[in-house]
Amino acid sequence: MNNRVLSLVLSRLLIALITLVIVSFAVFFATTLLPGDTATILLGQAATPEAVEGLRKAMHLDDPAIFRFLRWIVGLLQGDLGTSYANEMPVADLIGGRFINTLQLAGVTALFSVPIALTLGITAAMLRGSLYDRAVTVLTIGVISVPEFMIATSAVLIFAVYLKWLPALSFANEVTSLTDLLRIYAMPVITLTFVISAQMIRMTRAAVIETLNTPYVEMALLKGASRPRIVFRHALPNALGPIVNAVALSLSYLLGGVIIVETIFNYPGIAKLMVDAVATRDLPLIQSCAMIFCLGYLLLITAADIIAILSNPRLR
Amino acid sequence: MTMTSSETKSDRISGTRLGYRFNIIGMVGLSVILLWVLIAIFAPLIIPYPVGEIVDLDYFGPMSRDFWLGSDYLGRDMLSRILMGARYTVGISLAAVTIACFSGVMLGMIAAVAGGWLDTVLSRFLDALSSIPSKLFGLVIVAAVGSSIPVLILTLSVIYIPGAYRFARALAVNINAMDFITVARIRGESTLYLIRSEILPNIVGPVLADLGIRFVFIVLLLSGLSFLGLGVQPPYADWGALVRENIGGLPFGAPAVMAPSFAIASLTISVNLLIDNLPKKIRDRSE
Repeated sequence: MNNRVLSLVLSRLLIALITLVIVSFAVFFATTLLPGDTATILLGQAATPEAVEGLRKAMHLDDPAIFRFLRWIVGLLQGDLGTSYANEMPVADLIGGRFINTLQLAGVTALFSVPIALTLGITAAMLRGSLYDRAVTVLTIGVISVPEFMIATSAVLIFAVYLKWLPALSFANEVTSLTDLLRIYAMPVITLTFVISAQMIRMTRAAVIETLNTPYVEMALLKGASRPRIVFRHALPNALGPIVNAVALSLSYLLGGVIIVETIFNYPGIAKLMVDAVATRDLPLIQSCAMIFCLGYLLLITAADIIAILSNPRLR
Repeated sequence: MTMTSSETKSDRISGTRLGYRFNIIGMVGLSVILLWVLIAIFAPLIIPYPVGEIVDLDYFGPMSRDFWLGSDYLGRDMLSRILMGARYTVGISLAAVTIACFSGVMLGMIAAVAGGWLDTVLSRFLDALSSIPSKLFGLVIVAAVGSSIPVLILTLSVIYIPGAYRFARALAVNINAMDFITVARIRGESTLYLIRSEILPNIVGPVLADLGIRFVFIVLLLSGLSFLGLGVQPPYADWGALVRENIGGLPFGAPAVMAPSFAIASLTISVNLLIDNLPKKIRDRSE
């Protein structure tokens, strides 16, 4: 590790930080665009003007937007996420347990999809042009070009309606045994695994093919190395960086996926919480959920970039 | 400057006019797209039943001779609703992709030609925008301003401007380094001239291919938002909304649930097939 790598990594982290500030700015101002006065909405039509005025003062609604933004950011940094409009509970309490549920779902999905996707992606690249490779390519393009809810509804139709192996809906709070756990997680995980794997297979395949096209791999071929040896000894170690990069990038698609999957399967996660909050226009809750999602997304893409920098042998 | 969008359409529709040859798969993709566009335009003339009318006594009816795709949760004809839904899905997505690509490509070319701080600020800002996950962006906007068709079109286009910008800027930066641009600069041509007459003609092919891919993303996002109940609002229904309102029929395996999904898939897969099989001349011009 030398100074150049260090400075590249640091500048990437700085960019991520600046991005986070811009993103939080965007999230805050998008949600304050709401037509109508928050105090009036909270107190209802029958409220006296004095009560509305009092609440406006208490909530600092008369301050310029930039001060409210700063107050909100400082609150976030101190772990104060605000109070939900809908049920007066602290947002942090609402989010806590559900956040863990979502993380569990994402973790289990990653556990399944990463090995599957890497195997399929690498083997497809090794056997490029074969029937197997074409089948994998067609399948991944198919999965990528349909909406997530179609994959979810198809999974329900196949596994719950026709084969009757699994329940159609999932509730994570009624777990009594290991088989229960399997049945509850199965459907959301199957759906998400399909969505994530398709992206990951495509990117892994592209990364390996790019390495296979390099002169040193041709050299290995010319000196008579066997095909597995070319792939595992010569190509794969160099493709590792791009592959890990691809994995991190594909995992960021989980965020889009969980929103649909949690809604369709009634999974008590943070995405479902946010969709419900949008329906009730519960702004503090929406803001906090949005920030958590953006932070997760940013972490993953920054990690992907940093891995790409660290694994580049030219910088070592 | 309206040139970009008008050219966009005529090229997509009559690709062979310029002497390009499509292969069979590309032709199939193109025909399915054209079919959906025609359906979107002429939907009111070809639907077998009025969309709002309850015509089947049974709800979630199966496919039959009278109701080709079964009936929905109220007993309305599913085929008619899907044909009408094409108007919203195709129309909104086409409007959004046109706005997104037009603005993104213009900004990208301006940034590449102007360079300097304008380029840096624009790139940094749009990169930050693109690091908000697209569905989340949609959710936040809908939560803030509510959902109507103009808001949807604008939101979808804002979400996809950064991607179009980044793509066009990368292409334009390459062209910008060429000798004929330097010559034009020395001649004293304006930035507007450089963009319109020197850069745009050289990136138009890949930009059109990019437009197709972005169209797929927009269709998927719009369907996703509608599925969550945050997109097109009743009484109108696009394909995503049709899946949402009929999701109750899933345990019975009603055709009303899967049919709109298949409509979406046929459109998006066709666009992908067309783009993948575009003649190399269009696709790889400046790679």
